[in-house]
Amino acid sequence: MKTNLNWLNDYLTPGLDVSEQAVLDLAQQIELTAVEVEEVGQAAAKQSGLVVVKVEEVKDHQDSDHLHITQVFDGKEHIQIVTGAPNVAEGQLVILATVGSKIVDRESGELVKIRKAKLRGEVSYGMLSALQEIGLPDAVCPQPIEDGIYVFDEKSGVKPGDDALEVLGLKDAMIDTDLTPNRADLLSLRGMAYEMAAMTGNKVNEAPFEEKASALPATDKIQAEITADTLATGLALSLVENVTVAPSDLKVQRRLWTSGIKPKNNVMDALHYWLLATGQPLAAFDADKLGTDKIVVRLASEGEVLGQGDGEEAIALRAGQDIVLSAGNHVIALAGIAMNPDFAVTNETKNVVLAAGQYNPSLIRQAARRHGLRSESSFRLERGIDLQNTQNALANASNEVAEDANGSVAGLATAGFKNIESTVINITVDRINKVLGTDLSEETVVDLLQKLNLQVANDNGALTVTVPGRRTDLSIPADLVEEVGRLYGYDNLPTALIDGQSTAGDLTLRQKKIRASRKIFEGLGFNQAISYALMSPEKATAFNIGADHPVLALDYPMSSDKTTARQNLISGLIDDVAYNVARSVKNIALYEQGRVFLNDNAAVQPVEQEHLAGVLVGSIAESTWQAGQKERDVDFFALKGRVEAYLEAIGVEKVTFKQAQEHQNMHPGQTADVYTGDVYLGYLGQVHPEFVAKQKLPAIFAFELNLETIISLAEKDNAYQPISRYPQITRDLAILVDATLSNQEVLDVINEVSGKYLKDVTFFDLYTGKGTPEGKKSLAYQLTYQNQEDTLVEEAVTSDFEKVTTALTDKFGAEIR
Amino acid sequence: MTLAEELKGFLKEAEGQLSQPDVDVEAVRVAFLGKKGKITGVLKSMKDLSVDEKKEVGQVGNQVRTAIQEKIEEKKAEQEAKALEEKLASETLDVTLPGSKPKIGSAHVLQQIMDEIEAHFLGLGYQIIDDPTDSPEVETDEYNFERENLPKDHPARDMQDTFYITPEILLRTQTSPVQSRVLEKHDFSKGPLKMIAPGKVYRRDTDDATHSHQFHQVEGLVVGKNITMADLKGTLLSIMQELFGEKHQIRLRPSYFPFTEPSVEVDVSWDEVTPDTKPEDIKWIEVLGAGMTHPNVLKMDGLDPEEYTAFAFGLGPDRFAMLKYGVEDIRQFYLNDVRFLDQFNERGN
Repeated sequence: MKTNLNWLNDYLTPGLDVSEQAVLDLAQQIELTAVEVEEVGQAAAKQSGLVVVKVEEVKDHQDSDHLHITQVFDGKEHIQIVTGAPNVAEGQLVILATVGSKIVDRESGELVKIRKAKLRGEVSYGMLSALQEIGLPDAVCPQPIEDGIYVFDEKSGVKPGDDALEVLGLKDAMIDTDLTPNRADLLSLRGMAYEMAAMTGNKVNEAPFEEKASALPATDKIQAEITADTLATGLALSLVENVTVAPSDLKVQRRLWTSGIKPKNNVMDALHYWLLATGQPLAAFDADKLGTDKIVVRLASEGEVLGQGDGEEAIALRAGQDIVLSAGNHVIALAGIAMNPDFAVTNETKNVVLAAGQYNPSLIRQAARRHGLRSESSFRLERGIDLQNTQNALANASNEVAEDANGSVAGLATAGFKNIESTVINITVDRINKVLGTDLSEETVVDLLQKLNLQVANDNGALTVTVPGRRTDLSIPADLVEEVGRLYGYDNLPTALIDGQSTAGDLTLRQKKIRASRKIFEGLGFNQAISYALMSPEKATAFNIGADHPVLALDYPMSSDKTTARQNLISGLIDDVAYNVARSVKNIALYEQGRVFLNDNAAVQPVEQEHLAGVLVGSIAESTWQAGQKERDVDFFALKGRVEAYLEAIGVEKVTFKQAQEHQNMHPGQTADVYTGDVYLGYLGQVHPEFVAKQKLPAIFAFELNLETIISLAEKDNAYQPISRYPQITRDLAILVDATLSNQEVLDVINEVSGKYLKDVTFFDLYTGKGTPEGKKSLAYQLTYQNQEDTLVEEAVTSDFEKVTTALTDKFGAEIR
Repeated sequence: MTLAEELKGFLKEAEGQLSQPDVDVEAVRVAFLGKKGKITGVLKSMKDLSVDEKKEVGQVGNQVRTAIQEKIEEKKAEQEAKALEEKLASETLDVTLPGSKPKIGSAHVLQQIMDEIEAHFLGLGYQIIDDPTDSPEVETDEYNFERENLPKDHPARDMQDTFYITPEILLRTQTSPVQSRVLEKHDFSKGPLKMIAPGKVYRRDTDDATHSHQFHQVEGLVVGKNITMADLKGTLLSIMQELFGEKHQIRLRPSYFPFTEPSVEVDVSWDEVTPDTKPEDIKWIEVLGAGMTHPNVLKMDGLDPEEYTAFAFGLGPDRFAMLKYGVEDIRQFYLNDVRFLDQFNERGN
């Protein structure tokens, strides 16, 4: 909220120091004690050289159809000014930007200096200005700029030579605070006054607010009704008769525009003035247009609308949900949010009904959201207003309307206002100290609470605190702990570290496995990626491991490419590859560890699984100048080797690979499913060449593994075996077999039949070139034998090796070479 | 010529041959000392001599043999040294050519920040909660909001735009729901609960330089019988000094979160603060929100707020990484530009 400190000082004794440094210090103090400060300083801090002048003579410019040559008087000198303002007239008091003055350009927002100018041959020593031209936003200027320059009202008491910025309130000290949702009390000057008083030791001057509603006469000329307690806790109406609607005093207007509200007329301005002063939303209706003396607060009925005047589309109301004010058959307002202009106060209005309601905050909030309309009133009603001050605020506003518009208050009518009681909170000083970690005395605590103008009864440290209605945020003991803490100053709190029982912090096995998995891939040269988990539905399922699962789709997505939670990580990594390729990054090795979302039962949360995936693109060469670039480009085996190395390191044993052709977006000939025993872990291979071609991407090799499965399998710790002192014996095996036979099939046979001494089988050659018959291939393996306990005898190896060759010949018709 | 003289002559002859630079040393050895060599020949012909003569010739023979042997070894060493020198010379490389450098991968910068936070809190005896059961990214409205003291119409819900799946299921907007999930299971007979929960959160925001619909949080929660706001302040000071350096200071400002009361916003000093630093010269940067857990939250989690007190905080790894490294666009974290990722090596500091 924009708080005008000069206005605020009406309510403080002795008042705040509004000098520049003092205001900066105050802003700092507000930040440390209450809420954040958005902006601080005068509304027109940069502008200068603007004076009030009297227009003494106006002549038309000979060479122009719209320029006037004027003589103005600034209290000392007579000055010639050429102006294009259509409304300039002799006798007016207007704003002159003198030669050398500085104003803010409306369009560029930059500070510009006014110079002597010649306009069609006539010299102008400055510029007559509109409010918009001296830095006031369009939204708060009472007249549009097309209407011309600003003219001071005769009654405003302004004289030639006055500093225009000063008399327009633009030199008032301002602090714009950013509200947290709880501090509804700081949405009024009255609330700000109490807060500033607590911080600075000022006393709040309550007299201006004490126009007690009880002092106003009751009247039967108007009636208020609330159809259900759930809609509003109270509605107060007042009737002000025989008003003369006109612009309000400059004193009121300038307070409004510095606070961000556009002045309208003396009735509406009085309402806004007291809205800002008290935080109580107020409305005004032309009593003679209502056609009835009764205003009813009720829910909208089916098919009802709120008219928006001639030519404007009416607002369709939500039956049973929107709170409306009605008069007879007419809906005259959507409570706290908008009104029907047909019933509004105009320049012809004679009698005014003012309304101050306490509408249900939750319903107001829903309605404001539903209709996309948020007003100063709805904002306050949603957050909570001072229920004890509604009628007084109405009294303030009624008297102001009567005074400013020369009317008289006929009286007040109310509905509701039952059981509005003060909140009482019990708390002990010990409790406060226990939560804050302090050792404050009873006196200190009581003093801090009293600074906030809370009523405190102290019985040996047991406090009974009565909360005034404006502090809607204080309802439980913890709230008072906060009040004491912030006023005492969080800077003054001691710093400690939790004492008592100290527990050992340790990672779970699952956490260790995940962390180890990351480290292994980093060691293998992969950068960790963190990609977006939301993507298009196609991408979300494009590279799934295993069976299809229903997707998790957002109800109201932000953009069409982020609608669905991923079920695989490869899609996100391919997006990362595309981003890199588009920026000419050629060699990419990325891995990602993260969740996928399987929405197997829409009524509950999805299954979330940790996956591990990676991509390889381009070259993995350690030095390309030694070997050619081409031969070091990644391929299936580069990827597979890394996945194998990972699985071995993390402790997944007996890993096997099976040719996999069913992965839709993978190369049918270069994809393998990964198993350990019968357990499926995931797959790896080349992304389908057509898939990458569509996105103009180079070859991508990718894998995706279910990390949950790996965690559950890889629980065994490393098993140490003493290194055998006995020598190893190796045998090379070269076989000619059908080209379709897989390495895995050969290995399975070797492992099955070779005896207990076989320690390792290393594949070392694949040959299909010259000398190999059509449809055949030559495979070569080195078999390593070792006896852990004794020297291995040659004969034992020969016999074991022969079993292998025999079995291969029998099973596959292999020709031993 | 006596045999002895003949032998001495061989020595001269051998010396002569071995003085040639490129002499085939092995050939010399064979010629003089081999089985059929000259010395052997002479010694073989000794059988006809008298015992004295044999003794004399034998002595000379041995002397000559040893001398030739020595010369040969000497020459051999000389030649080998030369050969080695030549070989090394021929193997000389341009050592300024690039090395064969294996690529070392890197943890993502956000991961590094989270790892650092985790290590700090592990040291303080905290548990880390990051499994899908206790820390799901898809949450219920109940845990994400209601259990955090944010009923359906609460104005503070405006602070967080939410991706809903159904009216009851949503992408979590904060890691706070982990608090309730862990708290309701904790056995307080085993001591206070001290936990952090790192993880992804989501907000219905338009992505730009400072907003991302996906980002990270590390929730912290400590619940026990004597947990104070001073403990919170000390804890936050220690983690901020861990992340930003030990000479940095923090300050607490009042704020509002529905799930804490009192609530504070925490600023960290942009520069180091020494005893000589004037308060007005400190530039404060807002880094996190924290507070004493709201009694309603404790109650909903089955604890008596009169008996237990608690503090909670929410750290933002994305924001920390931006501040620490001067990353100006939050989207950089999720685009995975290799040139970006490669800049964050694990330095160990």
